[in-house]
Amino acid sequence: MTFKLNSRVVLGLAALAAGVLISDWALAQAAAPAAAPAAPPAPTFNKGDNAWMLTSSVLVLLMTIPGLALFYGGMVRPKNMLSVLMHVFYTVCIVTVIWVIYGYSLAFTGGSPYVGGFSKAFLMGVTLDSQAATFSNGATIHEYIYICFQMTFAAITPALIVGAFAERMKFSAVVLFIPLWVTFVYFPIAHMVWYWAGPDAITDAAKAVAAAADGAAKTAAQAKLDEVMADAGQVFIWGAIDFAGGTVVHINSGIAGLVGALLIGKRLGYGKEVMAPHSLTLSMVGASLLWVGWFGFNAGSNLEANGGAALAMINSFVATAAAALAWMFAEWAVKGKPSLLGAISGCVAGLVAVTPASGYSGPMGALVLGLIVGPVCFFFVTTVKNAFRYDDALDVFGVHCIGGIVGAIGTGILVNPALGGAGIMDYTVGKIADYDMATQLIAQFKAVLTTLVWSGVGSAIIYKVVDVLVGLRVPAEAEREGLDITAHGERAYTM
Amino acid sequence: MKIVMAIIKPFKLDEVRDALTSIGVQGMTVTEVKGYGRQKGHTEIYRGAEYAVSFLPKIKIEVAVDTKQVDKVISAITNAAKTGQIGDGKIFVFNLDNAVRIRTGETDAAAL
Repeated sequence: MTFKLNSRVVLGLAALAAGVLISDWALAQAAAPAAAPAAPPAPTFNKGDNAWMLTSSVLVLLMTIPGLALFYGGMVRPKNMLSVLMHVFYTVCIVTVIWVIYGYSLAFTGGSPYVGGFSKAFLMGVTLDSQAATFSNGATIHEYIYICFQMTFAAITPALIVGAFAERMKFSAVVLFIPLWVTFVYFPIAHMVWYWAGPDAITDAAKAVAAAADGAAKTAAQAKLDEVMADAGQVFIWGAIDFAGGTVVHINSGIAGLVGALLIGKRLGYGKEVMAPHSLTLSMVGASLLWVGWFGFNAGSNLEANGGAALAMINSFVATAAAALAWMFAEWAVKGKPSLLGAISGCVAGLVAVTPASGYSGPMGALVLGLIVGPVCFFFVTTVKNAFRYDDALDVFGVHCIGGIVGAIGTGILVNPALGGAGIMDYTVGKIADYDMATQLIAQFKAVLTTLVWSGVGSAIIYKVVDVLVGLRVPAEAEREGLDITAHGERAYTM
Repeated sequence: MKIVMAIIKPFKLDEVRDALTSIGVQGMTVTEVKGYGRQKGHTEIYRGAEYAVSFLPKIKIEVAVDTKQVDKVISAITNAAKTGQIGDGKIFVFNLDNAVRIRTGETDAAAL
């Protein structure tokens, strides 16, 4: 796939890269020797943190229903409105049930670097007093809240995919596809990217190494530290950072959507008949609810109500607004008119791109990220999609996968403290680690490629299995008639 | 008796109705329709998809009148619906054989 970048984008990237190189050098000169970490305080529940995470969990649910459902629903034809709403609603419900049965356990318990185990299946062993680690030593939240919060992420990710095969997928195929996809694609990727032992385990082990006498004790303590550091997902071990789900949520769902659009094929009449959105009013309501809910998604991913959450919040404001404006002006320049659909698509693209960066980038970094991702996604959904003639009905690939890749790579650059980024905490020494752009970008690329391959291949296999079991696509007459009547026996509007 | 059928711009409906009422026309039937004539459609763009919309929304009016009144009705509609731009519409006149008022059974001119 080849494409031509907008010259302004190229210039901006070049300027950004030059700044990164200079500041990286300066930072390397200033690297201080590691200090021994202070003793971490005993874990305590902070009611403020817990309250914020309760709120965030509900905000992420709001993103999906009704936010995403309306955003997608408004873009299909009136005869398929309810089917799209139903796909999203079903996804939320089935993933919620699977999550407490085995999903949380597969994603967030130790096991292998690729997937967790069944030690917390049926939420075994989780009680009112169970703690989940945050990103600060000695600060935990109730595990039930962490389970709910992560549950909402597991629910929205497959719900994003349904936009790609909207208006033609059999409901029974959706019913089978979603549980299979979260089981074999989402839970492993979430585990690889996000599972780790937590700050206290690492700091305690590092303290033991520092305190150990030389010889056998030191070796044993170091072995213990290595073991704690290895108790994490593979992508996490590589050092890739993904604050709120650029890889796990957006690249993951985006590539699954593209594979689905290719395997299921185009809608009947695609490219010949008018398939205009039936209610951009509802799409605007949905996109706006997505933006509001996304504060739970991004600022909530900080797991504590502190400065990190505040940073994620301001970034989620700035990048989103910048991307909406950038898409709008790009469209105005190229297509002649600034459309509302363009502005809200840019809004979502900005939210996608800032997702992995929200807790790492500074606000000015987020501004740059938004300005870049708007035109890039605009180019993909208008030009690349038309050039390759695939029917990704609601642009899941062009917005979520491409926006997610821009965000994942951008995060590797913008995390640099010299660019106003927050840096990456090294819990073994209790301070921000030295930043090296090449190292970080290689880790980010590995994370992106791993997600693309795992989800691309995994999704293709799952679509094939579902096709053999129930068939992916509705009959042509049903597609003409509309899925609302033929699959669900009801209509969205009485006209 | 004649049927006068006029295709007009939607925003001209109220003016046409007032003009016809003022010359004594007692009723009309109005339908929302789509069509095209010399006026070209427009292009709608949704992300990458461009659609040429060639059928434009119009209003169709049907009025049944006495033959003596036809010229007055035509000029009333013409004056009220005219903007001078393409897309103002057209007027067609047909012969009307019979008319019946359902409530009373009156026929022809009495039924209009």
